[in-house]
Amino acid sequence: MRFEVPLSQSLDYSVALLPVAPFLAALLAPFVHRIFGALSGWVLAVVPAAIFVVLLGYVAPLAEHPGEAITSGLPWIPDHGIALSFLIDGLSLTFALLISGIGTIIVVYSGAYLKGHRHQGRFLSFILMFMGSMLGVVLADDMMVLFVFWELTTITSFLLIGFDHTREASRRAAIQALVVTGGGGLVLLAGFATLHLWSAGLAGDSGTWLLSEIRQHDEVLRAGAVYTPVLLMVLVGAFTKSAQFPFSFWLPNAMEAPTPVSAFLHSATMVKAGVYLLMRMNPMLGGEDALLWQVLLTVFGGITLIWGATLALRQTDLKQMLAQTTVASLGLLVLLTGQGTEAAIAGACLYLVAHAAYKGGLFLVAGLIDHGTGTREITDLGGLRKAMPLTFVAAVLGGLSMAGLPLTLGFLAKEEMYLAFAQMGDVWGYVVMTVVFAGNAMMMAVGIAIAVMPFFGGTTDTPKNAHEGPLAMYAGPILLGFLALVGGTLTGWTGENILAPAASAIASHEVHPHLKPIPDFLQLPIYVSVATWALGYVLFRRLKDIRLALKALLEATGWSFDRIFDALMSGLVLGAHGLTRFLHHGRLELYLIVVFIAFAAAIGAPILAAGAWPEIVAWPDLTSYEYATIAIALIGLLAVLVARTRLVAIVSLGIQGFAVALIFMLFGAPDLSFTQFMVEILSVVILTLVMTRLYLDRHDRRVLPEVFRDGGLALICGVAVSALLLVVLQTPLDMRLSELFAATSVPIAHGHNVVNVILVDYRGLDTLGEISVVMTAGIAIFALIRMRGGGPKLGIGAKKHEAADTAERAGA
Amino acid sequence: MASQTQAPDPGALPAAMIEHATAMADWVVILPVVLCLIGGALLLIMRKSRIGQAGLAILVTIGVIASDIALLMRTLDGPVSMTMGKWLPPFGIAFTADVLSAGFALAAAVATLVVLFYTQAELQLREVRHGFHALVLLMLAGVSGAFLTGDIFNLYVWFEVMLIASFGLMIMGGRKIQLDAAVKYGFLNFLATTFFLVALGYLYGLVGTLNMADIVTAAAVAPKVPMAAIASLMLLAFGMKAAAFPVNAWLPASYHAPDPGVSALFAGLLTKVGAYTLLRILVALMPGTRDWLGPVLVVVATTTLIIAPLGALAQTNLRRALGFFVIGGIGAILAGLAIGTPTGIQGGAIYAFNSMLVMTAFYLVAGLVERVTGEMDTRQMGGLYAVNSPLSIAFLVLVFAAAGLPPSLAFWPKLLLVEGSVASGQYWVLAAVLINSILTSIAGSRLWAHIFWRQGRAGTHSEQPNDRLRPLSPTYRGFAAVPTGALVLAIVLLGLWPNPVFEAGRLAATGLVDPVPYVAATGLAPANDAAQGGAAMASEETPR
Repeated sequence: MRFEVPLSQSLDYSVALLPVAPFLAALLAPFVHRIFGALSGWVLAVVPAAIFVVLLGYVAPLAEHPGEAITSGLPWIPDHGIALSFLIDGLSLTFALLISGIGTIIVVYSGAYLKGHRHQGRFLSFILMFMGSMLGVVLADDMMVLFVFWELTTITSFLLIGFDHTREASRRAAIQALVVTGGGGLVLLAGFATLHLWSAGLAGDSGTWLLSEIRQHDEVLRAGAVYTPVLLMVLVGAFTKSAQFPFSFWLPNAMEAPTPVSAFLHSATMVKAGVYLLMRMNPMLGGEDALLWQVLLTVFGGITLIWGATLALRQTDLKQMLAQTTVASLGLLVLLTGQGTEAAIAGACLYLVAHAAYKGGLFLVAGLIDHGTGTREITDLGGLRKAMPLTFVAAVLGGLSMAGLPLTLGFLAKEEMYLAFAQMGDVWGYVVMTVVFAGNAMMMAVGIAIAVMPFFGGTTDTPKNAHEGPLAMYAGPILLGFLALVGGTLTGWTGENILAPAASAIASHEVHPHLKPIPDFLQLPIYVSVATWALGYVLFRRLKDIRLALKALLEATGWSFDRIFDALMSGLVLGAHGLTRFLHHGRLELYLIVVFIAFAAAIGAPILAAGAWPEIVAWPDLTSYEYATIAIALIGLLAVLVARTRLVAIVSLGIQGFAVALIFMLFGAPDLSFTQFMVEILSVVILTLVMTRLYLDRHDRRVLPEVFRDGGLALICGVAVSALLLVVLQTPLDMRLSELFAATSVPIAHGHNVVNVILVDYRGLDTLGEISVVMTAGIAIFALIRMRGGGPKLGIGAKKHEAADTAERAGA
Repeated sequence: MASQTQAPDPGALPAAMIEHATAMADWVVILPVVLCLIGGALLLIMRKSRIGQAGLAILVTIGVIASDIALLMRTLDGPVSMTMGKWLPPFGIAFTADVLSAGFALAAAVATLVVLFYTQAELQLREVRHGFHALVLLMLAGVSGAFLTGDIFNLYVWFEVMLIASFGLMIMGGRKIQLDAAVKYGFLNFLATTFFLVALGYLYGLVGTLNMADIVTAAAVAPKVPMAAIASLMLLAFGMKAAAFPVNAWLPASYHAPDPGVSALFAGLLTKVGAYTLLRILVALMPGTRDWLGPVLVVVATTTLIIAPLGALAQTNLRRALGFFVIGGIGAILAGLAIGTPTGIQGGAIYAFNSMLVMTAFYLVAGLVERVTGEMDTRQMGGLYAVNSPLSIAFLVLVFAAAGLPPSLAFWPKLLLVEGSVASGQYWVLAAVLINSILTSIAGSRLWAHIFWRQGRAGTHSEQPNDRLRPLSPTYRGFAAVPTGALVLAIVLLGLWPNPVFEAGRLAATGLVDPVPYVAATGLAPANDAAQGGAAMASEETPR
């Protein structure tokens, strides 16, 4: 069945409230914290818990009709076809349940973890905002709604990683995560826009932003030329968000965040947004006939899996071990999504849920250990099972699932994925299976290490005396571990209510669950699982040696993506410094040169390019006094050029101006001429006065290259200006305005001097404006002169009033 | 030149004047300018009274906002034109406003109002007495006049008003740094204004008219090559005004020099007038020059987009860094122009509107940061995150607004630019818009990390609490922080509910691409060529 008949074309607007409610709670969080203090975690957890309960209501209907969806929407930006459209199908419901369920646990946990922290209210507020954003990502049907929430998760993640803001490492990690995921997000935006425009071209209308509508044309999309660019852009978005190789380096650094954040954002939910997007895009960009999709996802997922698992073996910090295995798990999820077969999709869904539960739980265990002992170094920990028995229970439950032992969700997931590769039945399938097998074994080794090593062996000296955490902290991880166990045991329920709807939504046809708690011993998967346990156990026993070997190896290579990122960033900053020093040197004369080059180019280039030089006009028949005037102007110009002092140059420029005024006079424009005379006289007088007050060098000294540079530029500008002037003059002048002015000046405007009438009547508003200019200039000059006596204003801050006082005295 | 023609028979006169009085409702086009000019004059009369001046200036600005809103509402149904002095266009001057003009005028007035409140906290008595408020209103008069006028020489006059008033504000206070900044600002901006005047001379020589609606018609049939040269010169003149690369050096050299309130006003208003004029002239008036200018615009827009955030990355003076964000915004507006399709122009226009509000708010927030830390150098700041939540939130929102990320208004025009560039196949522009966003968020988040997250000042004791922080005084909180916060809130709310802005932006872009209604509003007969030019532009965006 295609993705068509929505379960209910329901106008159930309450769906829109699901992602909004956490934002409202976030606004209140600081105040709740002020009132309830240490209890605020429990109080605020009501919101995600309520969302979880509401979402549970959708489980049964979707289990009855897997592969269908509930949609609802509100208008948002009708002018651009964007609506607050939401869609609940098996996939989004699974994610939403994880987000709200684990979110509830995290909010409660944070209440205790950050007890007494002065910014706990702020922290809870960020967590809730993140939860709202994440719910928005998975519930949105409209691509722009999805994108806005997607970017909000980036921003809230930035704030949460940097929560411990007094440490340089946190700040660096926050910016790094922002740059990587934010940059990927922008590429994703371009991908969404392209997809939207493609839909517009397809339907011949303004297009759609709804993924569910685009999905109906998935085969056309995959066959089109737009497919590859869209796929690549979406993959960049998904890979950066989900920390795929080579973008994976930001995720381990994000562990600078407080542990609840690591558990929630950087393991259970946010980093899976990329995986979610890929799953959502499955019948659109993916599918069994999409070779590029399969290759890219398998290759990058596989590399990420091995890369993350290998780096996890090297770590000794609990959180770093968990972070690197998270990278590996994300790679595994991407790889599985890329296969596109039913079994692979089912495996991905199961693994998604299993991973969220056990990894979230183990992170919280790491937080408990850190909280109880003051350290997270696995080599410094031991024998905690007596001091922290409940934490131990949680760790074992999580570890079982991580190792994929029977009766856990992790086991079901592994069986399903091995089955998928076995079913492929070709070399490709077995190669990928080997990669997954190796990755799983390495992750298992790390899982055992985390679940076992801190709790067995002799007790060690830790910074704090080891003690159990409060209920708010251990309840969550135990519950998560327990659920992973229940989910793995009650396979019928899991299959029908979680797996079938989710897998059907991804596959876009109904997938029938076939989960069994007891594995089928006639099939290959169980034997691969057994081999995984064996190899995992061996690796665990040799963990110390492996760690040392890996350390040596990595130190020998001496580089990492993290370092490359650093190098790029500092290169960027250095380059920016250099470029800015080059462009913004503060030397006015060089700025002016740039401007005049642009000036000459602006005028000259079009003429030059079109070859439209003006015709050379014939030498006019001039009278003797006209020759004389031109000679005066030329002498004035020459005098400017050869003048030894600035003063002489200014006066010479005045001579040239006088000659121009004379020309106006000779050609019958007495008003203009008169104005020009006034302007020239005033200019010379004012410039001379200014010269005497400015402590400038009397001489304008330029070295020879500067003379050529400035002279050449002036010449080019002059030629360009003259050329354009000639071109313009050689086109017939439209005389409409002049004719009308001449015709109406006397009879209507009652003025015999047209120039005057233009100034005061035809274009009186210009004159009003010019009068305002004069008035404004007056105020400005007055302020400049009077305030100069007031002395400098003393910076910003406390000393300011002193400056004001001085000014007052000076003014009085 | 004295009129030497004999008075002709009145019956033979051409129709030169309107016969009826202008409808009162049409006065709303000129009202923003009139209110500001009268207000400015009154403020000079009462220059001794501080409270009186502040009150009057704020009242006048509120009046301007009210008339801008009324005007915007009217322009939603089509452009509004009013003839000055009864001389019919193209003989007299007409004020002609469409959605683009009215929307920009409104944003400018709102920004001015917030700044007027803000400056009440930081003004010294002597600045009040030397005409601070009058200069602000005169600058608003110039800015509003430039947005609303329908005559290109009149536009030049309003540019002058704006330039001189801003020059006065730039030097108000008389510190040495201000004088140095004023020299660079003054020289380069006067030069730009002169280029505009030169271009006007050429233009008049070529088409023989100054009315913008009339130019639409005349330019379509004017010779191509000189038109291209004139349009290039206009691009240079307004590119300088708007601070586009490579003629943007004056902006970072000057905007940080005056008091924060004044620099906020500059950042919000001045460059956007240049951007507005570019939109109006290059898209509506001279679409025929696009063949020539298109590639130039692409180069200018992409380089401006990329070089600006790099400049911000290299700064240690907070407001100097913000100056580069202003330039980056100009790059986004120019990108809209470079794309040239209705979607692109809609994006550019909305971005300009957004940028007026965002940049004003950003400088004001920077002013508050300077006030709390007592420093202008980001290396000497630190520790604000722990002591001032509202300021932290505002700054971060504005960082993401400058980068064009959600949830601010700025995201939506960026989306339009992305769509427009993809649809028209301008992948360089697309890349530049995206790179600008990421570089701006790098620069912005570094600023944030230094000023807010880091506990102390840069150097060996960077993780020890900054003991030089001072809480804001009640005056600052009431007059400066609250209005600034309201402006930031407005930016976020507009980002959450952007539909009206989208609608207005679409109308503005349509009005530019197809100027027939604009021409018709002035009473001039539209030529067919212009209409075809518009239609050709509109069909450029063919769906694939």
